Amino acid sequence: MRMNEMTSVEPGTKGEAPERTNPARRARIDMRALSPFIALAVLIALGALTSPVFLTLDNLTNVATRASFIAVIAVGATFVIAAGGLDLSVGSMAALTAGVMILAMNAVGGAEWTTIAVGMAVAIGVALACGLFNGLVVTFGRIEPFIVTLGGMGIYRALVVFLAAGGTITMSDWDLRETYRPIYFGDVLGVPIPVIVFLVVAAIAAVILYKTPFGRHVVAIGSNEEVARFSGVPIRRVRTLTYVIQGLCVGIAILIYVPRLGSATPTTGLLWELQAITAVVIGGTALKGGTPFVWGTVVGALILELVANIMVLSDFVSEYLVGAVQGAIIIIAMLVQRSLQRGR
Amino acid sequence: MAPVLSARDIAKAFGPIEVLTDIDLDLEPGRVHAVIGENGAGKSTLMRILSGHLAPTRGRLVLDGRDVSFTDPVAAEEAGIVLVHQEILLAPDLSVAQNLFLGREPRRGLFADDAQMERRAAQALAELGADYPPDAPVRRLSIAERQLAQIARALVEPYRLVIMDEPTAVLTPIESEALFAAIDRLRASGTAILYISHRLPEVKRIADTVTVLRDGRHVTTRPCAELEPLDMARLMVGRELTQLFPEKAFCAPDAPVLLEAERVSVPGFAEDVSFGVRAGEILGFGGLIGAGRTEVFEGVMGLRKRSGTVRIGGRALHARGAGEAFQAGLAYLSEDRKGKGLLLNQSLATNLTLAALARFTKGAFIDAPAERRALDRAFEEFDIRAGSRDLLAGELSGGNQQKLLLAKMMLLEPNVVVIDEPTRGIDIGTKQQIYAFVAALAAEGKAVVVISSEMPELIGLAHRVIVMRHGRIAGEVAGDRLNEQDIVTLATGVGEGAAAAA
Repeated sequence: MRMNEMTSVEPGTKGEAPERTNPARRARIDMRALSPFIALAVLIALGALTSPVFLTLDNLTNVATRASFIAVIAVGATFVIAAGGLDLSVGSMAALTAGVMILAMNAVGGAEWTTIAVGMAVAIGVALACGLFNGLVVTFGRIEPFIVTLGGMGIYRALVVFLAAGGTITMSDWDLRETYRPIYFGDVLGVPIPVIVFLVVAAIAAVILYKTPFGRHVVAIGSNEEVARFSGVPIRRVRTLTYVIQGLCVGIAILIYVPRLGSATPTTGLLWELQAITAVVIGGTALKGGTPFVWGTVVGALILELVANIMVLSDFVSEYLVGAVQGAIIIIAMLVQRSLQRGR
Repeated sequence: MAPVLSARDIAKAFGPIEVLTDIDLDLEPGRVHAVIGENGAGKSTLMRILSGHLAPTRGRLVLDGRDVSFTDPVAAEEAGIVLVHQEILLAPDLSVAQNLFLGREPRRGLFADDAQMERRAAQALAELGADYPPDAPVRRLSIAERQLAQIARALVEPYRLVIMDEPTAVLTPIESEALFAAIDRLRASGTAILYISHRLPEVKRIADTVTVLRDGRHVTTRPCAELEPLDMARLMVGRELTQLFPEKAFCAPDAPVLLEAERVSVPGFAEDVSFGVRAGEILGFGGLIGAGRTEVFEGVMGLRKRSGTVRIGGRALHARGAGEAFQAGLAYLSEDRKGKGLLLNQSLATNLTLAALARFTKGAFIDAPAERRALDRAFEEFDIRAGSRDLLAGELSGGNQQKLLLAKMMLLEPNVVVIDEPTRGIDIGTKQQIYAFVAALAAEGKAVVVISSEMPELIGLAHRVIVMRHGRIAGEVAGDRLNEQDIVTLATGVGEGAAAAA
């Protein structure tokens, strides 16, 4: 006796297929995780061929230091994207955070670490508030993250322009600048502090994403929000938190950005959202959500900076075209991801 | 008269499972041929083959005495065969007229001839008694109006065979009457009509010939005049039950009621649904697809907006999400395994522990070794068969996915378990295992609800069956009345009296 309802089975369910391990899938996972590292190795080899200066310790630490802002922000973006969201406002958020932080330190005055501590607290507070705003509007307002963060991008950027009255917000106390300077220019045992910061941030992020229930929930929501909902995952809370974490990461990035120039302008952080998203995608995290690759993201940020570095050192292509090359990289990365997925 | 289209020994298999076996059918001009059968009898598959949506595994289609094979629905439409789908397939932002001629717009020079489209559309709509203009955007139409527009699509061209899949499912009796009048006109003009419906009185009303399918096989083809709706129901059902199902355990009539729903309504889907399930009892929920059964329980779980009272073990439940329902001891296994049950692109362990993740932590972190042990236990307890424990959930077969979903929800240690379509798309051997497991849950003293569109499943498993129709409880059957005829009668609304009246 057979009583079946195969007619109601969606296409693709071809009855009971014998299970077997699919070697193509193993390869795909590995390739996904590995491809950013392979790309990094290729780029380093290419750089070594282009210029004798490239492989010097000075140049490489310089590249890593310059990549640190985007690396930290992109780690935050990994949370948002893994949960199936998107944040286009990080560049503007960074500029606003930097501007408010400098204004706060100028207002407090003095050249002590306490002044800097107040500035740092303000910076983290501003960035968290921006992230919370994005997250709440996305979840409780039920508006597409693209639209919400596009709006946020405009709002935060305009606020910086307004606070700077169209000009530059500068740290007024030169002694304070000297006190704060080592956070960007200093090192511990030869490792630049910004590099230490992004490594620590990435390590913490990896632990959160891979080892905690919250991280598992992020992955579940990004894989299939309906399944997560039917499994009792608190969707709104988790999703909002990913935007808050994105804000926190922007705040941390600004803590190491401000001592570099000591100022914020209406163009601070311009196109950082593009670079952060590019770093995440190069790193192997799918833009539609699901499995995140934190270390891939960090490598993605390094790749972007290496490309710029190689272009400056070599004379093949005008360095004015750095943006074009970085833009091309995200498209190529997507094509590679697509081709790795096709084996399914 | 020579048939327009004939099916000869048509068979269709999905993978190793044959869902349609050796079907013969002759569709003659000027005749309405009804095909009836239970959910899963193979009606839809047959229609999709006749209209070029599916290719048969075996057998021939004969059009005007010549063998044909349709590569796609467009080829079938060019041959004069059109299928009116049950689901609404219209572009919401286009007007009715634009939808009716989508893909075959009449032209005047380079441009689409809107005037002609609207004139012809208006004519077809008038025939169906639809009272909206042809330039109305589909978005503004109600579901019933959209269904009429979809039917009108089959009227704007002179087709030779019109296939209708449950066209009246969303129509009111008045709209249905207008449709029947249109069908009468089509018949008079010499069109062949293949008509699928669960509503047996309306089959009696309009069909000339009735074919009954059961389990993918042809049962009988008879003149409609020979059959009353009740005969049709008997023919659709007529099957013996084997020991596919475990013995029903005794359920104490004074056992505590673990799940109680009082006047539960889910806007748009279900109204005024009240029932209770006792410890150790299996309560079946029957009814046609779309009767609102799934939505009631999604409402109970807090996954949909609902009104009314739900009590678990005597305590009112106001769940705002599945998490709170889980905590109260209520678990729900969705009918939509792939869309709502499992993360297909994640590992088996991730899926297993997702709902009960809080039980798998050590401090702030996930206890990965504990997860692996749970997976081992689940493999053993539920007989999950997979080559490796490192597969993704999407790489399991349907039956093993269902077992994984069961294992996942059982980790919550619920007192009340609701299983929606427990064996959809699953082979017979696995079905038996799942039935045994469901019976064991009740024997352990849990309250179990089984929602199913398969009558034998309800009869074989449940102590009582509540049948829903159009979002309301149509009745309850137990004891001697727990049989397929009584369930079908309640689900379709074909009572003895109604049958006589029809």
